[in-house]
Amino acid sequence: MAEEEWKPKIIALLCTWCSYAGADLAGGGRIQYPPDVRVVRVLCTGRLDQLFVLKAFADGADGVLVSGCHFGDCHYLEGNLKGAKRMFMVKRLMKSIGLDDRRFRMTFVSASEGAKWATVVTDVVKTIKELGPSPIKEFSK
Amino acid sequence: MAEKKKAGTKKPEAKKQETKHEAPAKQEAKKQAPAPAPVTTGSKEKQRIGVFICHCGTNIAGTIDIKDVEAYAKTIPNVAHADNYQYICSTPGQKKITDAIKEHKLTGTVVAACSPRLHEPTFRTATKEGGLNPFRFEMANIREQGSWVHMHDPEGATQKAKDTIRIAVAKASLLQDLIPKTVPVEKAALVVGAGVAGMQAALDLAAAGIKTYLVEKSPSIGGRMSQLDKTFPTLDCSQCILTPKMVDVGRSPNIELMTYSDVEAVEGYIGNFDVTIRKKAHGVLTFAEAEARGISGGGCNGCGDCEPPCPVIKPNEFEMGMKPRKAIYINFPQVVPLLYTIDWDSCIKCGLCVTACGDKKAIDLEQKDEFVKIKVGTVILAIGFDMFPIEKKAEWGYKKFENVINSLEFERLICASGPTGGHIIRPSDGETPKSVAFVLCAGSRDNTGVGKPYCSRFCCMYSLKHAHQIIEKMPDTIPYLFYMDMRSFGKMYEEFYYRIQDEGAKFIRGRVANILEDPATKNLHVYADDTLLNRPVDIEVDLVVLAAAVQPSWDTDRTRKLFGVSCSMDGWLLEAHPKLNPCGTTTAGVFLAGVCQGPKDIPDAVASAEGAASAASIPIHKGEVELDPYFALCIEEKCAGCGMCVNLCPYTALALVEKEGRKVMEVTEAKCKGCGSCGGFCPGGAIWMNHFATPQIVAQIDAFLLGGEQ
Repeated sequence: MAEEEWKPKIIALLCTWCSYAGADLAGGGRIQYPPDVRVVRVLCTGRLDQLFVLKAFADGADGVLVSGCHFGDCHYLEGNLKGAKRMFMVKRLMKSIGLDDRRFRMTFVSASEGAKWATVVTDVVKTIKELGPSPIKEFSK
Repeated sequence: MAEKKKAGTKKPEAKKQETKHEAPAKQEAKKQAPAPAPVTTGSKEKQRIGVFICHCGTNIAGTIDIKDVEAYAKTIPNVAHADNYQYICSTPGQKKITDAIKEHKLTGTVVAACSPRLHEPTFRTATKEGGLNPFRFEMANIREQGSWVHMHDPEGATQKAKDTIRIAVAKASLLQDLIPKTVPVEKAALVVGAGVAGMQAALDLAAAGIKTYLVEKSPSIGGRMSQLDKTFPTLDCSQCILTPKMVDVGRSPNIELMTYSDVEAVEGYIGNFDVTIRKKAHGVLTFAEAEARGISGGGCNGCGDCEPPCPVIKPNEFEMGMKPRKAIYINFPQVVPLLYTIDWDSCIKCGLCVTACGDKKAIDLEQKDEFVKIKVGTVILAIGFDMFPIEKKAEWGYKKFENVINSLEFERLICASGPTGGHIIRPSDGETPKSVAFVLCAGSRDNTGVGKPYCSRFCCMYSLKHAHQIIEKMPDTIPYLFYMDMRSFGKMYEEFYYRIQDEGAKFIRGRVANILEDPATKNLHVYADDTLLNRPVDIEVDLVVLAAAVQPSWDTDRTRKLFGVSCSMDGWLLEAHPKLNPCGTTTAGVFLAGVCQGPKDIPDAVASAEGAASAASIPIHKGEVELDPYFALCIEEKCAGCGMCVNLCPYTALALVEKEGRKVMEVTEAKCKGCGSCGGFCPGGAIWMNHFATPQIVAQIDAFLLGGEQ
């Protein structure tokens, strides 16, 4: 095991209308990206409680990605804005407890931005690999 | 895992709640939905989930090790059965699901295949046919977000598939029975935009017996097509084939025409859209409006007596500014409705028009905008396009050199009813040009960041038509066409291309690098690389016509946001599926027609309009529509009545009500769209989001991070 390349555990929470559709579009276009991200689909990033992100980190996630529609493009008018506000709070909390806030990212990928989704995932995986395993995981061992 | 159990116990609570507050009031909800059936997924009940893994031919199986994934799936907690098949969406594939539900007494199903955005409805139906509630189904996307994007990493893709299935099983284990709500559909439709697509859609809807509101922002219907002279490849006169339709629209008893109007606000959902229309003040009364004011026999009859005395002169937009109009005007003779309009920005309110109008008393200089509320079941957006401002490509000198014009200006010049009576002239001196250069792909297929990356689709063909018109009207004039590729893809289009070649137009394959003016003669030098002869060319011409790209109309962004419709990266409105649902959008009940979805020639625009009209009429004729049962529910024991959620709801679906001496939140289910803005916030965790409930989402997170291998 030790010899093998370390695989980060990254979870992505995606809204169904924009980012999940964008991820599907990347698939249709066969745009390749690293397979290290697992996806949970919700209707809107406005559905996301900040506790979901914290729960993921407490469970040992090395990285969390939240992705929704661009501002002004939300299927539910302003759900993404409401979600984003909460997610900024998570960022601030992470900073204050000494957890590198680069482990958590919120992005905005529309249903027509398949290529952007691939870029986002590639970049997130790269960042997390650079940061290494989550200290929370080490702590709970 | 402990979390998961806890999550499980929460559920019956929510259930109980649901039935409790379902009982009183709210008739529409009561009518159909005896709330989701009694709990069958209590934490005590053993979950038996069936997992079905699709090969999708080699689409999935070519990358992902299906056998390995299936063997793994059998080890996931709660999985009672796992199977694989070539194509689960096929009839025998679906039969596997229905049979297994009965044979293995499954409580839920998971299909690992393509995206739920594609086949979720299919497998929900199969699950239902097997005897389960269709919402006991969850999809694991291992194709669009698996095999297709990790083709070079089969091991990684296989591992991801296993995790994705585990996550799906965790959710499926906690899913509840849900019953979609059926709501009645208003027997009326709204069409926004009255170009050829909007008019066709409205005519079709009206012919199908549906009351149709047709809203157009300019004073007359007709759109871009009414500005054209001839149409390719048949060379029909554009006005001649369009005006009968315009007249039909004006006459149809089922169409309520609202010109010079904007959509101001939209509320509601499929079947029940409440739309506010701003009817801008024409400043001129129709017969009906005059009648309503008690002016018998009054109102505008289009006589035009008001026009000559008006002292204000402005450029006529319809004629691309090449003809003057007054502050009280009609843009062209065939306007529908025939009603003069006052341009408030330039009107000086001198009152001369009022005097000229006399007894008809049709002019009201103090008229105010009016707001009208309508209720419709479905909506078609047909909001068209604008010309790309080609002056942004400064190398071609539009708006800098007088004799460089764009193709829409050419259309007006060559049109017999246009500013020159159909004579092509050089704007600098009024002379007839002896040579004309057409620059195709002007701003289209442009990756410099200045123009548009897409092909505007009809410029090749109308430029061929322009060349033909020049040869026909001015035999001594030579048309030069500078093209990148000649895209003549439609019915009889390629034949038309050959015809124009035979007629003597000169074709030069090469993008024009720049255009310079000879200051003395105002002639233009067109520089390009002839890529067929592999040599640079410099051709001196009298007139240049830029076949400018098209772009979404200026009001597209505002309009689409009103209706919650997305756009693609280039700004065109986004269809629900580019191939199989080109008229639909992701907002149920809102459809697209014509160029607002992407560049289309007239036949394609009309075809898409007929498609949209057909799609928009289906829910109306059916009379009712099923809504996803994803609404929010209040867990009253947990609700502190703080009311934070009430302000978060974009649909005013939530309210605080008094129950048993304290305030608790209540949801109006028909208004709730299930976005979860409230559920994501509630500090007490008192809001249960159907199908996306907190325990379900937490179970998914836990299943990935705490369960299984990796």
